[in-house]
Amino acid sequence: MASHYNFKKVQVVPTASEFVDIVLSKINRKTPTVVHPNYQISRIRQFYMRKVKFGQDCFDEKLNQILADFPKLDEIHPFYADLMNVLYDRDHYKLALAQINTARHLIDAVAKDYARLLKFGDSLFRCKQLKKAALGRMATIMKRQKDSLAYLEQVRQHLSRLPSIDPNTRTLIICGYPNVGKSSFMNKLTRAEVEVQPYAFTTKSLFVGHMDYKYLRWQVIDTPGILDHPLEQRNTIEMQSITALAHLRACIMFFLDLSEQCGYSVAQQLALYHSIKPLFANKPTMLVVNKIDVRRPEDLGPEDKAKLDEILSTDDVSLVQLSCYTDEGVMDVRNAACDKLLASRVEMKLKGAKVSTVVNKLHLAQPVQRDDVERPAFIPEAALSRKKYDPTDPDRRKLAKDIEAENGGAGVFSVDLKAPYMLANDEWKYDTIPEIMDGKNLADFIDPEIEAKLDALEREEERLIAEGFYESDNEMPDEDEEEILTAAEKVREKKELIRMQNREKKSKNSSALPKKAVARMSRLEDFESHLAKIGNKGDVEALRSRSRARKRTHSEAAAGEGEMEVDAPARSKSRGPSVMRDRSVMGLRNVKQKVEAENLKKKAQKMPNLYAKRGEADREIQVKRPKHLYTGKRGMGKTDRR
Amino acid sequence: MRLEKCYFCSVNCYPGHGVMFVRNDSKTFRFCSSKCHRNFKMKRNPRKVRWTKAFRRAAGKEMTIDSTLEFEKRRNIPVRYDRDLMATTLKAMKRVQEIKAKRERVFFKKRQAAKERELERGIKDLQKNIELIDAPEIKQKVLEHKASAKVSKMDMEIA
Repeated sequence: MASHYNFKKVQVVPTASEFVDIVLSKINRKTPTVVHPNYQISRIRQFYMRKVKFGQDCFDEKLNQILADFPKLDEIHPFYADLMNVLYDRDHYKLALAQINTARHLIDAVAKDYARLLKFGDSLFRCKQLKKAALGRMATIMKRQKDSLAYLEQVRQHLSRLPSIDPNTRTLIICGYPNVGKSSFMNKLTRAEVEVQPYAFTTKSLFVGHMDYKYLRWQVIDTPGILDHPLEQRNTIEMQSITALAHLRACIMFFLDLSEQCGYSVAQQLALYHSIKPLFANKPTMLVVNKIDVRRPEDLGPEDKAKLDEILSTDDVSLVQLSCYTDEGVMDVRNAACDKLLASRVEMKLKGAKVSTVVNKLHLAQPVQRDDVERPAFIPEAALSRKKYDPTDPDRRKLAKDIEAENGGAGVFSVDLKAPYMLANDEWKYDTIPEIMDGKNLADFIDPEIEAKLDALEREEERLIAEGFYESDNEMPDEDEEEILTAAEKVREKKELIRMQNREKKSKNSSALPKKAVARMSRLEDFESHLAKIGNKGDVEALRSRSRARKRTHSEAAAGEGEMEVDAPARSKSRGPSVMRDRSVMGLRNVKQKVEAENLKKKAQKMPNLYAKRGEADREIQVKRPKHLYTGKRGMGKTDRR
Repeated sequence: MRLEKCYFCSVNCYPGHGVMFVRNDSKTFRFCSSKCHRNFKMKRNPRKVRWTKAFRRAAGKEMTIDSTLEFEKRRNIPVRYDRDLMATTLKAMKRVQEIKAKRERVFFKKRQAAKERELERGIKDLQKNIELIDAPEIKQKVLEHKASAKVSKMDMEIA
């Protein structure tokens, strides 16, 4: 709310000549500047019309800004309205704003007129003259507002320096005759640093300071001193005080100087109180006696004392005392004033209409006793009869601590954690139990009904056996199956071994021997051992005899060659007759496939043959050096990769 | 101390072995090996990974409905120790495992049509390369088998 009455945001009001300069330069900057006489006349008209309209807009905008910025006296808080009346004269202020408003309307009218005239401008020159006339008239209108603008600028400057008083918050107002110590008290309470001087009317306007009390923010307003004369004769400085007193709902602290150092007698001060009393109606008021270090109310003369007592008895006013010089009672006075204001504000709120909505939401619950039954706390008999532990008693209870001491003390004695187990049989306490058995958690099998379940399982098992659930319908006995599988596994391993050996042989970095050489190098023993390995022992002897026999025949063969039947006599004996293989059937499984393949071949060749096409059997010479790969620049890439 | 099952492959995870992962909702995952852990981190579903127990169970390759499986359970009900009960339990564990093994064998046999193929393959290998090993009885059997099988061949051979 405080920002609500902040007049610092009002924009600067330029003087009349400045105003015109601003607008004209703006027109030059923001509108087109180039126009030629040979443009179409409509374009020229539009060009100047735009300037006039823009000028009007600029004036309008600026003047509207002023009208919007300045507070309207009817709309702001009456305190501020009154204050502004006192400071700037209400009539003058309103008149100035009204004149600004009129100027705005006049400018609008001028612009409208000239825009209409411009429609009939028949040449560039004429249009230009019309524009010039229009802007000139606008400037003249503004010039006439010179005084209002100057006044408004001054008002603005003063307004922005007004203290930002929040009319609705908790407020203390300090008032009284000049020089009674109002500003000193203000300085004691807040950090406002109001100027204090030993002459009257040091404070010439309202000052605001802030303080904290009971975790709330309070504003303290220091007012200029008031003299006791009729309202009409009061000057501006005094009127500010009066305005604050009249309009702000605050705690009023009327300062008295009983020492009369201010230059006014006690009687005069009390007379002032009486004259401005109507302003204090319905507000918590306090009579604050200042400068008690010099003179206290008890020391007053009987006449003044009587007057003072009269005020205290008739009005709802409390008397408090303080001395800004010695700091005596300053805080007490502040607290008293704040409490009084708080109380009155609560009272005001309770009287208002809003309070019922809050009160309706509140409910204070008050429980009622249900019955007269006594419900005392339950204490077991054993607890009541238990003897109190006493370390000096020889028959005292034995504690765990005592047991520990008996068994070697701390660090030696270890507590038997299993002793307090509650089992059916005490012997079981120290049983060691497996946690894991056969890859199972024993804990998962623990079940009080396990016996019954196991019985059920056994019965089921019997039934299943009776039903023949476990009989296998496999025709081959299990062992045979196993045997064959293991034998097959062996065979596979063997094969793999042979494969690996061969691979090894191949990868060796040595020349491969021809089979014949290998055969020559192989010994009979190796062959025998191999045969033995595969279980062919019986044949070894026979082979040996055979080899002997063959060897002999072989050597004898050189003598009688004619005995052998030979198909190809021209060939050498070292090479066996090669088998003639029919290539046309290679890769084919059987005769049927062969026939099929031949049919397909014939069919595929039928059409190419018919048209004498080139076939795969024709002789063909491919291009040996393709032209595109051998000509041209080879700056980039290789010859065949371009 | 208890044996945990690997979260991924359900293999037994002995105390002090494997890795435990505690998710920020405090659910714990035990992994037997880095393989399982990695698979988990790849967000694989153990039910869809063929080598896990979970897959085998879900795909009907293992016995899942049986009275013997009712014995092993986390019951989470504390039972006061009783020596007799413990003795019965130990006995029961052995017996249950025995029965379970038997039933699993039957289950397996029933499922094993593939086993037949395995046998066939073994016989074929033996027929081809029987001379590689020293097993005269088997040779006899296999040759018998061959005689019966030969009749079934249909196409004529290329010479």
